[in-house]
Amino acid sequence: MQASRQTLRLTLLRATPAIMFMVILVLFSMLSPRFLSLQNFANILTQSAYMAVMAIGMTFVLLIAGVDLSIGAAMYVSAAILILYFPWLPGLASILLMAFLGAVFGAINATFIVKLKVIPFVVTIATLYVGRGFALYLSSTRTILAPETVLSFGEGSWLGVSYAILTLATLFVIALWVERWTPFGRYLYAMGADFDGARKAGIPVWGMSFAVYVLCGTFAGVGGFISLSQTAAASTFFGYGVEFPVIAAAVLGGTSLFGGRGSVIGSVFGAVLIQTVQNGLVLLNINPYVYPLVISGIIFVAVLLDSQRTQLLTRLTRRLIRTETT
Amino acid sequence: MSFLSEQIDTSAVLQVHNLRKSFFGVEVLRGVSFSLRPGRSLGLIGENGSAKTTAANIVNGLLKPSEGTMLIDRQTYAPNGPGDAMAAGIGFIHQELNLFENLTVAENVSLRAFPKTVGWLPQINKRRMKERARELLAEVGLEIDVDTPLSRLAQGERQLVEIAKALSVDTKIIIFDEPTTSLTAREATRLFDLIERLKKRGIATIYISHILTDVLRLCDEVVILRDGAMVENVSTDGLTVSHMIESMLGRPLADLFPERSPRTGVAAPLLEVRGLSQPGIVANLNFAVGVGEIVGIAGLMGSGRSEMARILFGLDPAVGGEVAVDGSVVGERSPRACMAASMALLTEDRRGDGLMMPATILANLTLAKAADVVPSSFSVVPEKRLEEDAREIATALRIKAHDLDRQPVRSLSGGNQQKVVLGKWLLRAPKVLILDEPTRGIDVGAKAEIYAQIQTLARNGAAVLVIASEFEELFGICDRILAMAHGEIVAEFSGPVFDREAVIAAAMQTQAEAS
Repeated sequence: MQASRQTLRLTLLRATPAIMFMVILVLFSMLSPRFLSLQNFANILTQSAYMAVMAIGMTFVLLIAGVDLSIGAAMYVSAAILILYFPWLPGLASILLMAFLGAVFGAINATFIVKLKVIPFVVTIATLYVGRGFALYLSSTRTILAPETVLSFGEGSWLGVSYAILTLATLFVIALWVERWTPFGRYLYAMGADFDGARKAGIPVWGMSFAVYVLCGTFAGVGGFISLSQTAAASTFFGYGVEFPVIAAAVLGGTSLFGGRGSVIGSVFGAVLIQTVQNGLVLLNINPYVYPLVISGIIFVAVLLDSQRTQLLTRLTRRLIRTETT
Repeated sequence: MSFLSEQIDTSAVLQVHNLRKSFFGVEVLRGVSFSLRPGRSLGLIGENGSAKTTAANIVNGLLKPSEGTMLIDRQTYAPNGPGDAMAAGIGFIHQELNLFENLTVAENVSLRAFPKTVGWLPQINKRRMKERARELLAEVGLEIDVDTPLSRLAQGERQLVEIAKALSVDTKIIIFDEPTTSLTAREATRLFDLIERLKKRGIATIYISHILTDVLRLCDEVVILRDGAMVENVSTDGLTVSHMIESMLGRPLADLFPERSPRTGVAAPLLEVRGLSQPGIVANLNFAVGVGEIVGIAGLMGSGRSEMARILFGLDPAVGGEVAVDGSVVGERSPRACMAASMALLTEDRRGDGLMMPATILANLTLAKAADVVPSSFSVVPEKRLEEDAREIATALRIKAHDLDRQPVRSLSGGNQQKVVLGKWLLRAPKVLILDEPTRGIDVGAKAEIYAQIQTLARNGAAVLVIASEFEELFGICDRILAMAHGEIVAEFSGPVFDREAVIAAAMQTQAEAS
């Protein structure tokens, strides 16, 4: 009886982001005639692409119960280096360069976390500030303009689908494959459930952790490239505070901050959800200073959902001893 | 150091020579040598703190020996981690199982070596993975859908999954570390049958256990450790449990259970439980424990015995009923209120619930008492006095440690950890002491000491409630036994002599049989 009610509550909690999405769709389409159109949805997807890409990388980190707060800095540093030193690179090479720079940034995080065993929260908050400081130094605290090749990526499309969406789709499919079909993916879940147990089970936990932070940095680099191609310039606030909506996207999509649960599918969905809200607010001409309030409200809901889910799951997995006959 | 050629046992799958290990300059393992042949089983026994697990962890690559050599199939074996041990054909069934609740049974079984679709691509062949998992589960005799999430399995089933996992690669040696501590009697029997089958297949086993009758039954040879040194390495032919105990302790064990004086008359009730219920967990619990009485709860795992203990101590909620100590009802159902009413609970899971593992022994011992010795939450704790008391109790309990003030509880052996938990509560001199599996994973020497402590406490007028899987233990120390099944007290037995069969039968009954 009680158990079935809890199962119902869990299903409801799981469905909450989807329900929220529906409510937001209905609400915005009633308030703004421009909202409910194919073109607008293509826009939302294109705009959410950078966040979704970063949320994929973040999902891997969260799955092993880690966190990476430095992704905004990773995207700023790699964008600054691309603009200032390699503006002549062709489009594809620019993506690869930023991905590589992101990977290097991730590898620095990973070195501290894996080799020196500093907790990820502290490491990545430190590299967040160091990274931003470094990028500010490189750019002499000026807004730097993206080269033409990068801009053409932002405007480009193939069969009517923007390059941003294509990039997201490609990475998403690969990430999903890694998560579901490779030992690497399965090990992530094992590590998130019981890190020490995974080590004892012979899983190369430290190598895996290293790879995960490098991956997260790589995705941050690619996300940074997509964002740069859309904003056309890296201001001193480029990527500032992006870690919060990205983590919120993952958590909204069902990835647990406590590790071991979640999927890249949910994370991409979460990113789209957050972008949809922003898009709606823009169409409704809401005061931009309200955006952070709304977004932080969503983040709060996401974290609340996660903790409720975790509590319910522990209660549900508790075994019942007797069947009540009433 | 290398082997002299005549020392090599050519038929051995694993040969260990003069293994030593020091931690921070203290030598804990002092020269262990043995050889293990295919299809044979080696028992590894010793008191808590005798470095059994250390020895096993070295073989499994989790620790590096300070000295000594190992050979597997006559090849030098010096593992750098559990991965190397696995590659060398060693499977380790840890006391706490090494499985992942968020993966399926098939994934757990295949974790060591996922079958690939094609060689160069790291893609798991899920169809083959499931097939292989089914075969392995059939081998260990577990009938279950391989797509079931592990979280739905009972403890005994999980252990079979763990063994199936060990068999998933080319395993020559399986190490069992206290495999039966969390199994019911039926599950343990199933495990023993399986070990026999594995031996017939030529798999060598190392069996670590405190239950010496099991060791005698299963093993061909026994290595007995005392304080990290190997005192005997003998065949089990003609070996007796009492000899093993003597050898482990270095002295004969006079009596495991303390002597009891027969109780006269009915004691005044000290702990009274009236109509305690929680849907799906326990139903209508009614019983009392008198002054100076030791009452046992005889129940299988999953009978609600531990859940009842948690509810009694206010850790879990109950929808109905009340608990009274010394005539007054404990108003609020919280550990704090229960402690104020002079109750104490020694939990089943000492690592998770009973101890602060990284904190020092002294910090753990004084934890429960600290709140009593100060007039308010804001006053300074008189640490000196508290520490003196703690040191006294540590001596009384014979806690084996070199430095109470510095050594973290984590570094103690299981038995000594349990003594710390017991000491923590004894410092408060509780009126009602609830003990959930007080001797789990503890050697006979420490067991006898803990029984004696329980006895003393009862003699001084406390009410003691003991939960134990080993019913022999209850028969040995209790004045009265309550049988528990499916969340109810199903029968009551009065001592000092108990009808063993009747108690066991009562504890084994199912809810369907009862209604």
